[in-house]
Amino acid sequence: MEPILPEKVQELINKFAGDEVYLHMETTNGAYASHFNEKFFSAGAYIRNAKLTYEHGKIVGDGPFRVGLKLTIGWVYAEGLTHYGFDEDGHLLMAGHDFDGKLAVALQMGTTPFK
Amino acid sequence: MTETMEIEQERHVLVIFPHPDDEAFGVSGTIAIHTERKTPVTYACLTLGEMGRNLGNPPFATRESLPDIRKAELQKAADAIGIQDLRMMGLRDKTLEFEDDQKMMDLVTNLINELDPSLVISFYPEYSVHPDHEATARAVVRAVRAMDAEKRPKLHCVAFANNTLEEIGAADIRYDIRHVYDKKMEAMKAHISQTIWMLKELETSVAAEGSELHDRFNYEHFWTYTFDEKDKVTDIKS
Repeated sequence: MEPILPEKVQELINKFAGDEVYLHMETTNGAYASHFNEKFFSAGAYIRNAKLTYEHGKIVGDGPFRVGLKLTIGWVYAEGLTHYGFDEDGHLLMAGHDFDGKLAVALQMGTTPFK
Repeated sequence: MTETMEIEQERHVLVIFPHPDDEAFGVSGTIAIHTERKTPVTYACLTLGEMGRNLGNPPFATRESLPDIRKAELQKAADAIGIQDLRMMGLRDKTLEFEDDQKMMDLVTNLINELDPSLVISFYPEYSVHPDHEATARAVVRAVRAMDAEKRPKLHCVAFANNTLEEIGAADIRYDIRHVYDKKMEAMKAHISQTIWMLKELETSVAAEGSELHDRFNYEHFWTYTFDEKDKVTDIKS
């Protein structure tokens, strides 16, 4: 993956707008966060292969970046995104990697399901 | 420091953990000792650790490429400690507690029926921290408990929750694995995407005899699971 170039990512987001896409989104502190620090409140969310269509999407911020997708009757957004790239099936992958190189957030989409 | 004991000769050892690298951290020395004796060892690894967070910055992997990387690492680690029967069970990381409990138990029962192990190694329920570890532990306990008491394999469990010592006491089994240290280290290095941080720490503190990290590479600990009042795993709710 490469550090996010917002202009480039905006183009890619535009490309998928109006199409039915499969979406992967996750956010996580890691399963051991509360083990290493019992005062830590661990939270996360995960959705894989949600099928949806967005009207338009935007990437904003100076890095780490935020991406929001406007649906007909709802929203998807993620913050903390630092890197982008593609998998072998051409899915657009966006991820936020923290200072230790650990994944903190991921937002991915494409016109075919994720494996 | 408690006494160590000899590892018994087994007929077949069945190891069940959810993530590639679970075997390396806790039990790879013990496995290496069994395989050196030509005792058959089956390792059923339930997931490919798809949700691993160590992807690097700059990233060396993506959410989508990580499973293949960890699969290759798992095979390499199995080779390092002489496991000839490695089975990847195709479940998904961080989903095991949401799987059908009966399906999880049947998975274990089928392995036991096929392999007739004299020893099963897994996690200790309630004291193994990660939700996948707990779900695996419950499935293993339920499968073994459902057997006739005289036919049950021994069940040796790994526990590492912060409250382990005060609640269930010290491990009753402690093996000296120093003579297979190199193999354990090789298994740890095989899972490099997951262990690089720990291995760096180890390099700087390996001389610190008595440290927790030093101990982990020289001794392995198990709690024998007993099906008495200590067994808190509930039956599956129908």
